[in-house]
Amino acid sequence: MLILTCPYCGITADETELAPGGEAHLKRHGPGSGDDEFHSYLFTRENPRGVHFERWRHAYGCGKWFHAARDTMTLEVFGTYKAQTTEPPKEVRAAITARHPGWSWRDFS
Amino acid sequence: MSDPISAMNMARFDGIARIEETGLHGMITLRGDLASKPLKAAATAVAGVAFPGANEANCEDDTGICWMSPDEALVMCPYDTVKAGVAQMQKALARQHVLVVNVSDARAVFQVSGPSAREVMAKLCPVDLSPEAFKPGMFRRTRMAQVAAAFWMVDDQTFRIVCFRSVADYVFSLLRVAAQPGSEVGCF
Ligand SMILES: [Zn+2]
Repeated sequence: MLILTCPYCGITADETELAPGGEAHLKRHGPGSGDDEFHSYLFTRENPRGVHFERWRHAYGCGKWFHAARDTMTLEVFGTYKAQTTEPPKEVRAAITARHPGWSWRDFS
Repeated sequence: MSDPISAMNMARFDGIARIEETGLHGMITLRGDLASKPLKAAATAVAGVAFPGANEANCEDDTGICWMSPDEALVMCPYDTVKAGVAQMQKALARQHVLVVNVSDARAVFQVSGPSAREVMAKLCPVDLSPEAFKPGMFRRTRMAQVAAAFWMVDDQTFRIVCFRSVADYVFSLLRVAAQPGSEVGCF
């Protein structure tokens, strides 16, 4: 069972109170972008065994979207943070490094 | 004009807890910057209680304010004063970026009371409802089985639940099953 703390209302929410929103920190490629960029934006996703960044929505609670960093294999949660950010905050990265020295995910490490 | 009635027409059930629909309530959704002084003043003027903090409810009988999210509050008042309450808030906040909507007829309200009330709620919600974790004055939006609901405690043995009117029958049935005689779990 996955339990995430919503960074907006502070509630420790059970997975059944949340709605998954897929991979985090995607750059939206729209009009003016190349075919490859648009294809990648639509279809190419990470599928890691380990550190992963995702979007979740506190759907049955305060309704806000947020980010979560977690381990897909152990379900360990490294941290959650607000949606108004384009990259994981320092403390979340530090928490991941503590468990997985040398980790990387897309352009983040 | 026909008289408005509540979704379950004051249905009641007695099991390990008493389940009752509490009838019609005035409910006003208020969205905006909850830190804004005019917004708080408009809400407290209608509800007559202090503005609650995050995840709290300040409710007395038919009036009160519930904290719904960082930018949403639910203002409660008697059903027959809700239109005046909405008009009063809209007038007070005419120059603010806010939303004031009468949602009274889109909601149903239930009360669960008795020594096993916590157990009945805990069977249905993914929430820690132990007396140490959830206390009167707190407010929680969550799910009850398959539908969205929100609740607070009037006192240590009494919950008030707000849900959508369209699922009132489902919620009443859930509560009735969770409160079946002999179904105590005994964990609190
Ligand atoms: Zn939340």
